[in-house]
Parts: sequence; structure tokens; C-alpha cells
Amino acid sequence: MNKEILKILEKDARATPQQIATMTSLPVKEVEKSIEKAEKERVIVKYKTIVNWEKLGEEEVQALIEVKIQPQRNVGFDAIAERIYRFPEVRSVYLVSGTYDLAVLVVGKTMHEAAAFVWQKLATLESVQGTVTHFLLKRYKEDGEILDGGGEKGKRQPLTF
Amino acid sequence: MSARKVVSPKRARGIVSHRVAGISPSGIRKFFDLLSTMQGAISLGVGEPDFTTPWHISEAGIYSLEKGYTMYTSNRGMLELRQEVTRYLNVQYGLEYNPETEILITVGVSEGLDLALRSIINPRDEVLCPEPSYVSYQPCTVLAGGVFVPVPTTVANEFKVKAVDIEKRVTERTKAILIGYPNNPTGTVLSRKEIGGIAEVAKKHDLIVVSDEIYARLVYGIEHTCVASLPEMKERTILLGGFSKAYAMTGWRVGYAAARPEIIEAMTKVHQYTMLCAPIMGQMAAIEALKAGEDACLEMVADYDRRRRVMVKGFNDIGLACFEPRGAFYCFPSVKLTGFSSNEFAEKLLVEEKVAVVPGSAFGECGEGYVRCCYATALADIEEALRRMGRFVERYR
Repeated sequence: MNKEILKILEKDARATPQQIATMTSLPVKEVEKSIEKAEKERVIVKYKTIVNWEKLGEEEVQALIEVKIQPQRNVGFDAIAERIYRFPEVRSVYLVSGTYDLAVLVVGKTMHEAAAFVWQKLATLESVQGTVTHFLLKRYKEDGEILDGGGEKGKRQPLTF
Repeated sequence: MSARKVVSPKRARGIVSHRVAGISPSGIRKFFDLLSTMQGAISLGVGEPDFTTPWHISEAGIYSLEKGYTMYTSNRGMLELRQEVTRYLNVQYGLEYNPETEILITVGVSEGLDLALRSIINPRDEVLCPEPSYVSYQPCTVLAGGVFVPVPTTVANEFKVKAVDIEKRVTERTKAILIGYPNNPTGTVLSRKEIGGIAEVAKKHDLIVVSDEIYARLVYGIEHTCVASLPEMKERTILLGGFSKAYAMTGWRVGYAAARPEIIEAMTKVHQYTMLCAPIMGQMAAIEALKAGEDACLEMVADYDRRRRVMVKGFNDIGLACFEPRGAFYCFPSVKLTGFSSNEFAEKLLVEEKVAVVPGSAFGECGEGYVRCCYATALADIEEALRRMGRFVERYR
């Protein structure tokens, strides 16, 4: 699998096979094949857009929830993780080391909605021993992108030797 | 009583020294003025990275200020930085310099070049320099009292200088060969063998090589050869390097010179009386760059390489013949098919299509007929500039 192609797409999912072919000096056909293969094997999981909804005045509440779990025989954390990540309200789930086990990012339209999910769905699961909910107050950076960034561009002198 | 013009003897001789008066002003001023009043213009005329300094490097500079590092450093630069430079040159090229006596931290390669020339040139000494070359080489040679002897190169040889062309111009007065590879403006890189040829001429005629290697890290599919690393060349090379291009640190103004002790001693003398030292926060940031900046550097190089391929192909597709540059971040396409001089081309292109490029003639006579275009420019802007230039070429070819 061509890593260079993946690196380009990871930075800009909209890069076309033609553009990538030029950037890598590879035949377009080969680029297309490589992308197809990566999609098929889920090396490329999905193409997404990072939207700054706040700019449109859209309210969205996110909460980061620490979840302490009683692991189950044979399946460890995986079964309970799946129980949790299948909820559409759950945006991300990570198994972490430290004082709790799962870090769960939950999204809701209101604080009440997010909180309700925690005490109705999450905290009531049998092997969940406890939860700590942190509501996100501000998003500074997401998936490597500074949301209010870009201010650094265009400061160069327009013409220099 | 009739009014009489009183001219003081001093005034009669002119305020500005003949030497400075004899130096041509930068050839891009008018483009600069035009460009700064223009909306929607795209500039391919920039000579610096479009990345900001990697954050861990900037942060080291900020931290140094917080810790109160706001004073002069040793004239030669902070010992820790000189040690890091020494280690870096060893890792990169196997060179062994003594950080105490053979390294000087300068205010960018620009200062290093000035110091090098002033330290070795006696009046009327000749400096051989392949052209097209960076714009400061000729004036700095003249300001140092030397005579600049250009060695023209051609596109047929991808603007690589031939050792024989250098040797042809060696005279009794020749003191040094001044080279800058990877080259600004052409993007040309010399192979080890080609650099070796220059080294042989230097050894044969007992010349010093002043080597501006600011673009050393920006090479694509070819290895950069440091001239000082060739046999018996360390003692006759003044190696000038810096952080601006490899780590996107142009504004920090830090570079270094590496040479044998008596040369560094001489350069330090000039440096201490004219500059005192390079800015301390820049030096602190440079230490961080050398200690931990490698990944960031390689990532930027990979990114330039992608855009390089887009630009080279783009120019050739629209009919502006462009050889493949293997270093720096410039393409140097020919604009001869339009029938314009490079100056006319650049001016018309800016006025009609709002794309700024630098006329090749600014880099020496043999740059006539070419323009320098920088691909350290957002990909979308490169693509749009290519569309506009394609339109322009169609109109005038």
C-alpha cells in the first residue's frame, strides 16, 4: 500500500487521484487502484469534514465521560465497550490506562440530553462501576486542526529573494 | 548681490560612497509596490517557507524569554548551540569541527556570507561565482572590496556549473569560489562528483571555497554533498548553514559558519564589532531545532516535494519548459516562447493575470529568459497560478 498517497489524503480528503498522481509522479490508474484497495481493506476508514458548528451558532454539547468498568471473564473490556460504542450519541470510545477504564465522548443537543444519556444508558449498565462526566466548554483543536487557526498565513512579505 | 550656490567640498563628492552607489538596487522593488496594492494576486515570488516554525521550536524560544534569556551571548554564539551544530555536521556529513574554535553563530547565512567575504578578500581579489546566483553574492563581494567574476551556466546542463568553466577564469588574483547549492534561483543540485570537480579546482589553484548551504536539507531524491566533507576540503572551505529553510525559521535570524580556526577567528572579529552576537532567543530556538527538529524538517521536505512535482509538470504542460529542480523550493522555467524578456514577462503577468514571479535576470545575466517561481506556496494557489499563467502563455506564444 502506498503510504505517500495515504498521507496526502489524510491531510486533504478532497485531493483527486489526478492531483495525487502529479504530486507523487505515479500513474493515475495506480493511484486509483491504491485508494480503492485502501478503502476496501478499511485502511481508509472514512472521509470526513471537520465542521465548526459554533460559527453557525449551532448549539452542541459534548461530554467526556470517565467510565470505570468491571471487566468480564473471557471478553475483558471489549463486550462492554461495544455495548457503549453502538449508541449513536457516542462519538468516540477509548480504553485507557490509569484511574478509569473507558474514555467516552458523548454528544447531545443540550446538556440535559447528554446528561440523560449518562444516567439512563451508561451508568445503568451492569459492569459499569462508576462514571465522572466532564462537559466540554470549548473546542480549541480537533483531529489535529486548530479550529480558529489559519491566522498565521499571509504574513510573509509578498516578494523576497 | 547675486545668489551663489555654495557647494561644500564634501557635498561635491556625493553623500553616498562610490562603492555603495555602484551597487544596483534590488530588481524587484517595482513588482513589490505593484503587488502590495493588488487584490487577489498570487505570489510565487516568495523566498521563504510557507510553514510557521514548528511549535516545539517556537516554544523553546518563548520559554527562553520567560526564563530571562534576554541578554548578549558570547560573540561566537552560545557554546551549547555550537556543540549542537558540530554534532549535526558530524551526523550529516561525518565532519569533525571543534565547537570552541571552528564554529561561529551568525545572524543568518546572510551575515555569515558577508563576514566570510570580508575576512578573506583583499582589494581587487577575485571571487568566482556560478550564475544564476543568489542576489547578495555579487554586492557582498563588491562591498568587501573584491571583484565578482560570474561563471555563467546554461539550461542545457540544468544550470550546473562545470569545473572547467570555473578553472578557465582563474587568474593570479582569484581568491575564492563562491557557490550556493542547492541553488536559489534554479533549484539545481550538484552531485558528489560535480562538487568534487569544483573542489579539485580549488585545491589545484589554492582557492578558498565559500559554500552557502542554507538549502542543504531541501533536496528531493538526491543527496546533498557538503563540499567541506570531501577529502582535504575542510581546511579550505567556509561552510555557511542555517535554520531558516530546514526548520522554517527565517524570522529568527540564526545561522552558522564552520571553518578552520584562523578564518573563524577573523570572521568573529568582524562579527563582534558589527553585530556582537545573534539574538539569544533565536539561538535557544535553534538548539531545540537541532535537538528535536528532524521529524518536522522531513515532513516539510515531503510536503515541498509534492508541490514541486505539481509545479514542474504544470509548467511543462502549459509550454514553459522547466527542467526538474532537485533542491530548494524553486522552479526556473523558460519564458522564451513568449518573446518577452524575463522582466517584461514578470511585469505583464502581474498586471494582466495577477501572478507574481521573480525575473531570472535578477540573479545574473544568464538568468535572462527565465523566471523564478516558488512552490513553498499553498497547493490551491499553485494550481490557480498555473491556470492563469497557461492563459497568459496562450495569449502570447
